[in-house]
Amino acid sequence: MFNHRHLLGIEGLKPAEITALLDRAEAYADRARSGTAPSPVLAGLTQINMFFETSTRTQASFELAGQRLGASVMSMAMQASSIRKGETLIDTAMTLNAMAPHLIVVRHPHSGAVNLLASKVDCAVLNAGDGRHEHPTQALLDALTIRRRKGRLHRLTVAICGDIAHSRVARSNILLLGAMENRVRLIGPPTLVPRAFAALGCEITDDMQRGLEGVDVVMMLRLQRERMDGGFIPSAREYFYRYGLDAEKLRAANPDAIVMHPGPMNRGVEIDGTLADDINVSVIREQVEMGVAVRMAALEMLAAGATAL
Amino acid sequence: MNQAANDDPTGARQILANARLIDPEAGTEKLGWVTLSAGRIVDIGSGAQVPEGARDCRGQCLAPGIVDVGVKIGEPGERHKESFRTAGLAAAAGGVTTMVTRPDTEPPLDTPEMLQFFLQRAEAECKVRVLPMAALTKGRRGREMTEIGFLKDAGAVAFSDADRPVADARILSRAMTYAAGLDTLLVTHVQEPSLSDGAAMTAGPFAAKLGLPAVPPIAERMQLERDLALAEMTGVRLHADQITTADALPALARAKQAGLPVTAGTSIHHLTLNTFDVSDYRTFFKVKPPLRCEEDRSATVAALADGVIDVSSSMHTPQDEESKRLPFEEAASGAVALETLLPAALRLTHSAALDLPALFRALSLNPARLLGLDCGRIAVGAPGDLVLFDAEAPFVLDRAGLQSKSKNTPFDLARLQGKVTTTWVAGRPVFGA
Repeated sequence: MFNHRHLLGIEGLKPAEITALLDRAEAYADRARSGTAPSPVLAGLTQINMFFETSTRTQASFELAGQRLGASVMSMAMQASSIRKGETLIDTAMTLNAMAPHLIVVRHPHSGAVNLLASKVDCAVLNAGDGRHEHPTQALLDALTIRRRKGRLHRLTVAICGDIAHSRVARSNILLLGAMENRVRLIGPPTLVPRAFAALGCEITDDMQRGLEGVDVVMMLRLQRERMDGGFIPSAREYFYRYGLDAEKLRAANPDAIVMHPGPMNRGVEIDGTLADDINVSVIREQVEMGVAVRMAALEMLAAGATAL
Repeated sequence: MNQAANDDPTGARQILANARLIDPEAGTEKLGWVTLSAGRIVDIGSGAQVPEGARDCRGQCLAPGIVDVGVKIGEPGERHKESFRTAGLAAAAGGVTTMVTRPDTEPPLDTPEMLQFFLQRAEAECKVRVLPMAALTKGRRGREMTEIGFLKDAGAVAFSDADRPVADARILSRAMTYAAGLDTLLVTHVQEPSLSDGAAMTAGPFAAKLGLPAVPPIAERMQLERDLALAEMTGVRLHADQITTADALPALARAKQAGLPVTAGTSIHHLTLNTFDVSDYRTFFKVKPPLRCEEDRSATVAALADGVIDVSSSMHTPQDEESKRLPFEEAASGAVALETLLPAALRLTHSAALDLPALFRALSLNPARLLGLDCGRIAVGAPGDLVLFDAEAPFVLDRAGLQSKSKNTPFDLARLQGKVTTTWVAGRPVFGA
């Protein structure tokens, strides 16, 4: 059902493959809720997490996913490693490859770096985020969250709001939601929402009120601090006034719309703190829960492919 | 009186009859009358008759009040050079009914809070309408954009760093992209700063003879071409504050032919004076950009006549004696011109370079259109912002008699023709009788 050696992005995944991954992940999520331990399908396999960029939740989520399935997991803090000593990415990959791991999870600040590394190693590679390019497991966990809340993952209208230009989360979500035949609206100031995204089939607006009309899902994106002060937007307060999600702006959306955020949140910048904590609309904590389940499913499927080779 | 238009609902009906009506929309001038009521023009007719109770304008010119884009007021920060009160008096005396003010105050007008204060002062002190431009970047430093959305909501009609061009094209393009999303007008100063910084004159034989640091005139075309290219990319509405050289005109004409939403202005000094006027280091002739050669001046006049340049303004820049009584290189730039704008501009009609409707297209109609205002016209329903003037009356200007607090005019002792008789804002006389 899943005939890929690596999981580098949503691009290239067929709808059936996405559905299979989500089905498997959902089974893991249900099991975790019922307190049943999963079978150790990764027992005897080695998983290496290489994070060239700091991460808390994604790295923890991958570690936990591997451990729950019985893999021996090693996390390398790449910022303090030989990269600092001048080793190139390819040399690092070759060195690791010589240690013969079965799964490598990589995050890198540059778009395309994970693809490059994947082309140089013999094992399965999972992209945990590369630059502004893709973050496939985030899109998958978002999809699973939506499917559980909405009962389906097609013919929904989804608004993605904020810093689209610099977001790998947005790119992966646009691809996944598009592949599953949903309407995607991108909302944000024109400095942060390149018009070129229209070519990917998205509707684009800089008017949040209009953009949120009739949507089923509102995905907020994190705005990096360094982009707040005059570079791309004038100030955090003008941004919140125009694009920060609060209860009033959300009123334009469907009454049963859900609110998502990949975290970490800037309360009072892109999202109102009270709204983020409102369990009736916010599914932010559920997203984190689904993250572990989705990564278990992804690791398992890639490992199955790798051992079958 | 204030900027908010405030049509006076109790304003009595008045008829201004036997006036030469200058209509820049229709491009005509003909004898007729105008009826004002409740602050607006409610009726217009032709002929020389003077009905009972009407004011006899005795054949003088009645034109839409001037909308002056780019007025510097000394508040906040330099009230010793000009206040809202004195600027308002000068404007009224010059037939200027709307001042579109520059943000190069001290500190610069770059926050909505400061803009609110600015408008309160204008409301309390100023006889004519005031519409503020706000800074495009914080502190006019060219690094981070200001709160364009909040400032627009607070009343900013356009965004500009005044005489400081944003040097970094990436920063400007982002600000333009953001501003375009809010359908906001950007006004840029089109001088390549690395060429124009420190210059006191325009490069040429005369500057060489005087031994003054000079900017090549091409600096204007370079920056204009850059700004036009960025405007094309971002879709922002762009107004070049002052086009003053022949070299820059083809680029501007091309952009307009291509349908870009771009316009350009020029200053009264660049229309009526040239580099030779600097003569023996006379600092009242130091303006920014510096005065150009005669070929550039005449090309600028021709461009204004055929509409390539849209707007003519005073670029009113008050400077006190201390700022001007210095060696030419060290002296401050700028000249007061609210009161001299009209008589100086009438030099162009007296020399037949322009006719009066064309002149008021540049002084009133085009700037009003640029800012989306309904004034600048002699038309039923338009605001009663009018100027009555005797286009022929000769006089010798005495700078001591200017209403401005600062008296730095290059037209001191100049022979001029054209005197304002009465100025109305929203149907109420603010100057003359």
